[in-house]
Amino acid sequence: MQLINPQDIQIRIDQLTGQDLFIHLELTTGAYANHLDSTRHPASAFISNAGIRYTNGSISGTGPYRVGLKTEQGWVYAEGLTHVDETETERLIMAGHDSQGKLVVALQLSRDKFE
Amino acid sequence: MNTKQAGHQRILVVLPHPDDESFVASGTLAKYIEGGAIVTFACLTLGEMGRNMGIPPFANRVTLPAIRKLELEASCNAIGIQDLRMLGFHDKMIEFEDKELLDSQIMTLVKELNPSLVITFYPGYSVHPDHDATGAAVIRTIGRLPSADRPLVYCSAFASNHEQMIGKADVTVDVTAFLNRKMASIQAHRSQFQAAELVGNRELSDEEIRTRFGTEQFWTYRFDESL
Repeated sequence: MQLINPQDIQIRIDQLTGQDLFIHLELTTGAYANHLDSTRHPASAFISNAGIRYTNGSISGTGPYRVGLKTEQGWVYAEGLTHVDETETERLIMAGHDSQGKLVVALQLSRDKFE
Repeated sequence: MNTKQAGHQRILVVLPHPDDESFVASGTLAKYIEGGAIVTFACLTLGEMGRNMGIPPFANRVTLPAIRKLELEASCNAIGIQDLRMLGFHDKMIEFEDKELLDSQIMTLVKELNPSLVITFYPGYSVHPDHDATGAAVIRTIGRLPSADRPLVYCSAFASNHEQMIGKADVTVDVTAFLNRKMASIQAHRSQFQAAELVGNRELSDEEIRTRFGTEQFWTYRFDESL
């Protein structure tokens, strides 16, 4: 994983515009959040391999970054993105890692289903 | 001190995530394996929803399952586990799985292997929903066997309130003689072990390692009591 360069991500988002894609979107505090600190509210959500087609998409912010994807019927939004998998050419695999390196958010787009 | 460390020739370990085996039982397993035991580790998931991705991150949601599979195999090698079964369930989803499917897979292993000891998590006292659901599935499954046929079941527990509810562990295994294997097992999980709450990214002193990892504790599950 490499740190996000927003210009590169914008190009990748544009390349996937208007296509039938699979999305993985996730936000998590981790299952141990409350065990390690009882004042913390554990929360996680993910949606895996939902179908999506967006008409406009962009990356915003100065890092960590935000991404918004406008679909025909609504929106997809993710905040806190820091890293991208630079080895992926077809898919866009982004993640946000906290100061301890733990994943807190993931946003992934692919023409093929994620395994 | 502990009278329950009788010899076991066939041990079945049922845990949901790669690296659970390292922290729960790697020293105990290494000890039994040295004594001649054959250990089967049924790992329910590949930990593909884990949050630790290495420091700096070298994994992501797409690459993590394959990475953790290799880490799991390396950990089992470090411990000496002879038989690793990856059951292919989805990380974080064990509590939502079809219980009949889960239980039948565990029952198939129990019937095939006929273990005298099964190691799992204590349902309700193991913090992660996958841990609790895995332990519950094992207890349900073994509980269905006639009592004379049931293997001994050791459970691991670490919820904040666990001693208050289920008392102190009745099995304490001194694994100081097997700490090399245990630490090698922990460190085989490269994407995980640098996490601050596990080992962290600094070298621990021998004394710290002995204090933190030198004993493993279990609760023998009592099927006749409704805990």
